[in-house]
Amino acid sequence: MKLSPVAIGRFQPALWAVLPVLALIAAWMLVDNTRLLALTVLNGLTLAGLYFLVASGFTLVFGLMRVVNLAHGSLFLLGGYVGYSAGLATGSWLVALMAGFVAAALAGVLMQRFLFGRMVGQNMRQTLITIGISIVMADIYLWVWGGDTYQFDAPDWLTGTVALPLVHKYAEFRLVVLALSCVIGLGLWLLLNRTRVGMMIRAGVDDKDMLSSIGVDVERLFVITFAIGAGLAGLAGVVGGTVLSVAPGEDVRYLLASLVVVLVGGMGSITGAAMGALLIGLAETFGQTYAPTYGVVFTFVIMVAVLAFRPNGLMGKSA
Amino acid sequence: MRKSVHPNPLSNNNPEKTMSKFFRTITLSTLAIVLATTLTSAYAQETLKMGALATLEGPFTVLGQDGMRGVELALKEHNYMAGGKKIELIKASSNATPDSAVAATRKLVEQDKVQILIGPLSGSEGIAVKNYAHTQLQTTFLNGASAAQETTLSNPAPNFFRFSTDGAQWQVGLGSNAYQKGYKNVVVVAEDYAFPYSMVQGFMVEYCKAGGKVKDKHWVALGTKDYASVIAKIPTNIDAIYVALGGADAVNFLSQYEQSGGDKPIIGSAVTVDQSVLGFKGKKRDGLIGTPSAGPIADNDPSPAWKKFVADYKASFKDGFPSPSIFAHAYYVNTKAALDALDAVKGDLSNNHAALRKALSTMTLKTPTGDVKLDSNRNAVVNIYLTEVAKAADGTLYNKVVHTTPNVSQSLGLSAAEFQKMGVGTRTNPECK
Amino acid sequence: MNIHTNWIKDSEPQATVSSHRLTILLGLCLLVYPWIASPFFTFQVGAQALILGTIALSLSFLAGQGGIVSLSQMTVAGISGYAMAILGSAEPTAASLNLGWPWWLAVPAAVAVGTLSATGIGALAVRTEGIYTIMITLAVGVAFYYLAQQNSLLFNGFQGISNVVPPILMNVDWRAPLPFYYLALVVAGAALSAVTYLLRTPFGIALQGTRDNARRMRALGFHVTAHRVAAHALAGFIAAVGGVLWVWYQGRISPGTVGTGAMINVLVVAVLGGLRRPVGAFIGALVFVLLQNFAIDLVSRERFNLVIGGVFLAIVMFSPDGLLGLWQRLRQSWVRASSA
Repeated sequence: MKLSPVAIGRFQPALWAVLPVLALIAAWMLVDNTRLLALTVLNGLTLAGLYFLVASGFTLVFGLMRVVNLAHGSLFLLGGYVGYSAGLATGSWLVALMAGFVAAALAGVLMQRFLFGRMVGQNMRQTLITIGISIVMADIYLWVWGGDTYQFDAPDWLTGTVALPLVHKYAEFRLVVLALSCVIGLGLWLLLNRTRVGMMIRAGVDDKDMLSSIGVDVERLFVITFAIGAGLAGLAGVVGGTVLSVAPGEDVRYLLASLVVVLVGGMGSITGAAMGALLIGLAETFGQTYAPTYGVVFTFVIMVAVLAFRPNGLMGKSA
Repeated sequence: MRKSVHPNPLSNNNPEKTMSKFFRTITLSTLAIVLATTLTSAYAQETLKMGALATLEGPFTVLGQDGMRGVELALKEHNYMAGGKKIELIKASSNATPDSAVAATRKLVEQDKVQILIGPLSGSEGIAVKNYAHTQLQTTFLNGASAAQETTLSNPAPNFFRFSTDGAQWQVGLGSNAYQKGYKNVVVVAEDYAFPYSMVQGFMVEYCKAGGKVKDKHWVALGTKDYASVIAKIPTNIDAIYVALGGADAVNFLSQYEQSGGDKPIIGSAVTVDQSVLGFKGKKRDGLIGTPSAGPIADNDPSPAWKKFVADYKASFKDGFPSPSIFAHAYYVNTKAALDALDAVKGDLSNNHAALRKALSTMTLKTPTGDVKLDSNRNAVVNIYLTEVAKAADGTLYNKVVHTTPNVSQSLGLSAAEFQKMGVGTRTNPECK
Repeated sequence: MNIHTNWIKDSEPQATVSSHRLTILLGLCLLVYPWIASPFFTFQVGAQALILGTIALSLSFLAGQGGIVSLSQMTVAGISGYAMAILGSAEPTAASLNLGWPWWLAVPAAVAVGTLSATGIGALAVRTEGIYTIMITLAVGVAFYYLAQQNSLLFNGFQGISNVVPPILMNVDWRAPLPFYYLALVVAGAALSAVTYLLRTPFGIALQGTRDNARRMRALGFHVTAHRVAAHALAGFIAAVGGVLWVWYQGRISPGTVGTGAMINVLVVAVLGGLRRPVGAFIGALVFVLLQNFAIDLVSRERFNLVIGGVFLAIVMFSPDGLLGLWQRLRQSWVRASSA
């Protein structure tokens, strides 16, 4: 799952072809409108931060449990909507953040205990169930919260403009999102690599049966992992709702983004998710800025191209 | 390779009988449903079924809700009676995409069998519903608030009536006013579908003629949440931004523009500084004070009819905006037209609504914004107000009248030949760089 | 893929006297249906179920018999539908191309374009398995959706293309409920017979072999990739024909026709009826259309998705072989009850 020399070696011919072209394009962008290039890079990085927040939970769940949770977008929205109601009731954005995390984590726990826990090993059936759940949840949201678009009001010390070199002014909250995703990414990495639970999760990703045979309660581990993964999605929902907004249809959008990120970065790897999010966030933003009409199609063409040449994702580990 | 997991169930007599009994039950129940449906639809002759379609999902949800308020207000004024019959209102929802509008319309017309349909709200929906109306000549369609030019200009339907106006009409007066204010170069930010194309054309016809230059047009998909790239591309050497976004898109863009430190003056389209945006819950929009705009209504219109309309709206709807939006007004006007025409023909719907349609085509409708008559394409000719955003004593924002242009028709004051030459608005028509 | 492991024992269709009688009875009912049902029922329920069933049949064929869960069947239908609209539409729209070809030229061309696209998608997806196939076909579908939305020259962007109707042929308006229903019935019947027949041919058996164990098939000398691409092409042909009928049924096509919602709906329909037997696609389509039109009586007018999602969940959890599987199990329990 890590970027080994062997993996880089496989890419070498492709890299030699693509890098010079990219360098030329970058040079043109730099000369033509430096401010725009700087803004685009910043926008791409901040969007990547948001995508990382959403996709990290997804990749954790898939890496460990081999469950492709296509209801991940619905968990994102659940966090967003519940967070919005909580924030409205208490007037505090931090409460909204926590409420979003908790609500989604709870939903994840319920899903794992009552649904997936009963169908271990039947991957296609689990995937179909997540599709059904996402359809039902999307309609429930429409029923309870209506078709409106909701936007969060972050506290004043987080919003506003900051002065930056080259771009002069930039939205402070977008930088906050970037910082938050770095913090959470670091936290996750520490969790996985420096704690006992994390060690068990990593062992489970490599060999579930061996792990259970040495006496670890794998079922409980699954529930914890699903809770963390779902909770992250809910947290991302509140953050996404503040920097952009929460509305019906966003669940599909962030699910697709998570799929692309995880595909490019590899399933079950936090560093992979970070790299994937970076690539996709930047690609999408550059596409929207420099090729606005068809930029959005490019992201999915990339996904198709990756899968056509690497049927198990860019990092190659088979499901 | 005959499977022998269990005995062949079809070789036994009993299961066969059970199965055909089961099958008979299903057939009979299906027939029963069919008969029941035919009978119940025959029963509903004493009431007149009216359908109302608005965007109750998606980025224009808040607009759709106000549109429905307009329908209800008109019906309330008539006591839910017209032409001697009781009106049964059936509401339906769409999400600004043409296929959702046609699907909802289909249900209303073919399943619920409404006789009159009011709607839809969004421009692209209007074109699609009009095309559908061509195939359903037994139903009379009145517009909701949809304001794409093509709905009544390209292949108009004989049973589709629009007592509201199109986006290009809504912007009459704004282009020249913007140039006079000193905005010589602008960029346009608009959604990528039929209605903004119409509005942008309405703005640019005058603006370009006066000598203004539109450096760039940024077309964003309907429902875009992330305006960072668009904002990044707004150059520093322009005088103003003409924003033709509506509903949640407008709110998102304006928030993100403000947060990113943007400080260019905004020229608002009819829906961008409408009450649906000014009154959006929770947001303070004081940065918009002074923004010029134009449209079919003005919040501080001094006419008594308008004041009564606003008072009725405020009294009936505690959860509404501080003042009715364009959408409440448009839906109200179209519904009132239907009800008044029904009264005029005493509820006569025979002969594919021939009398009703004649009444609609020739009547002079009294509305809160003056008298409205239809042109030969069944599109309205109205007064258009040039407005500016101001702050009221209670802190809310409203659009105050600056100037009124009377009798604006779809050809925008140009001769028929000139207008034909110009064509309807598209992504690339008109241009003046 | 656990759903499939029991199938190889049951894939032989039972050709008993009574099942023949059942088929004839059903066939007669379908033929007579328009004469007893209202035009609304004939068109909105009957014809729609048949066309949706045809498109779902292509997915059911690929997933059930080929082991390929492809979400892009609606995309193929949409590509064929758009081709039909661009080539054969009568009304020139504001910005897009509009060729106005006669139907006997436009229909074969549209179906050909659809089938070619399906073959292309198949070639792209052939090396993937399981969830990755779902992902790549989903990505292709979404890419096409955005392409149709953003391009105004060919696809007329957000607005889509209207006024796409069947021709008036031999003095019959084929858009009227009765003739259109029979058209859809003939097409559905042909597609169903073709698939059922195909499953008994060497190609069909080999395809089911690749579904169950591709490695073993390769060892036996079968060209698995070719079989899969051919399966995609065949399923694509069925979906393409369904796509032409679908655009005729709607009278229009727009990006929403090929959006993620529509793609998932086809999967829901196929799974609902049962992936095991080809006829399951039509059963699923009928249930779907009935629920869509009568959700108002069950919950509220707007809560259709809740109902269909709930039913779908219930089926996947309790009867993974769909409604047909449920029916089989009920029948078996009657047998046991009556013979006990």
